[in-house]
Amino acid sequence: MNFDYAFAWSILPDLLQGLLVTLQVVVLGFLMAVIVGLVLAIAQRSKRPWLHRLSSGYLSFFRHTPLMVQLYVLFFAFPLIGITVPAISTGVIGLGLYYGAYIAEAYRGAIESVPAGQWEAARALDFDTATTWRRIILPQALKPMLPVLGNYLIGMFKETPLLAVITIPELFQAAKQIAGMTYRYNEPYTVMALMFLAISLPTSLFFKFLERRSHA
Amino acid sequence: MFFDPSVVDTAGFILRQLASGALLTLEITLLAQVVVVVMSFIIALMRLSPWRGLRWIATVYVEILRGISALVLLFYLFFILPLFGIRLSPMTTGVIGLGLTFSAYGSEIVRSALTNVNRGQRDALRALDFDPVTAFRRIILPQALPFMLPPMGNQLVELLKTTSLVSLISLSDLTFSGAQLITTLGQQTLIWCIVLVCYFIMAWPLTWLVRRYERHVTAWREGSSS
Repeated sequence: MNFDYAFAWSILPDLLQGLLVTLQVVVLGFLMAVIVGLVLAIAQRSKRPWLHRLSSGYLSFFRHTPLMVQLYVLFFAFPLIGITVPAISTGVIGLGLYYGAYIAEAYRGAIESVPAGQWEAARALDFDTATTWRRIILPQALKPMLPVLGNYLIGMFKETPLLAVITIPELFQAAKQIAGMTYRYNEPYTVMALMFLAISLPTSLFFKFLERRSHA
Repeated sequence: MFFDPSVVDTAGFILRQLASGALLTLEITLLAQVVVVVMSFIIALMRLSPWRGLRWIATVYVEILRGISALVLLFYLFFILPLFGIRLSPMTTGVIGLGLTFSAYGSEIVRSALTNVNRGQRDALRALDFDPVTAFRRIILPQALPFMLPPMGNQLVELLKTTSLVSLISLSDLTFSGAQLITTLGQQTLIWCIVLVCYFIMAWPLTWLVRRYERHVTAWREGSSS
């Protein structure tokens, strides 16, 4: 079985179309995950026990169950409660909820690394809680977090083939469809794997560089 | 309260199906974990070896496997290898595919744990003229293990969750059993929720064990500080 370059070239537009959908879902899902993670991390530090427990339960559950099954639940549960959303939004919400639980942990580490003196000073100066978070704690916590967030972004990108199971026409789905229609498996899957590498390798090197620079 | 006997029957049917699926999930997790541990050590030792060629091969292995996702690798093994005349059963494909993917991450865990062992210990081994195998087995490994086990345990949880992918290459694991139940019973949301809970029940005790072990190995540190 040899690799047919002409065929590989001819399916490139379809695969790129899929890649575009993949990138869209990843970027939107990542934005959602960053927000969900922040809310969870702040809830973790709340003095209200029910809020703290709710957030812990969320983290625990979402981190101990597979994303694929979570996607299935969302995909079938939304129509059940009378909400019809396109599959892509379900994918974005699924990725956001799942990765939010992981990013919350990154926030927690970053927030804990802000010196306690900053909290005490904010208290002494009579800042209210919201201002303390917004103006004092978060700006100091977020900067060292950027490389960590980058790693989650790459991780998310590599999870996107899962979105094919809920019929989102992303890269993996595109490759699968071409393979199914033409019975040629070698070219679509190889080109798809190369596309994944072509995006994830440079970004991972870039974030490694950022990480090294922030430690230096 | 009156129970319709058919409800009990259905519940029993669901339970049996999911139990057999869960068993296969655990089996794949265990076998893949064996691959992960073996390959992690081999690659970590290669990355720490004095020969540049070996280090280079190991780096390429890690970067490539971390660059493509587990599902892509599984499909590649499942559909492309047969074209080259290599036929693997779905089970072998699943175990190898997941094992290789996670070994790329695992080798980093092993490597950082090994390099964490005190420099003085290495120099002492040199001075005492230990042979490399004994040195590794008796001195380096026992000291590296406490650094290695907690992240390895967390990785095992990730592996357990990721085994749900094998349902897509026709292995009847827990996720596959869920999908099958839905084709006979319907009730998508309910059954997927039950499947989620099953995964949680399997994965959570692992995290609990990791936390206990971590507390156990760091107990001396807390004892000395207070």
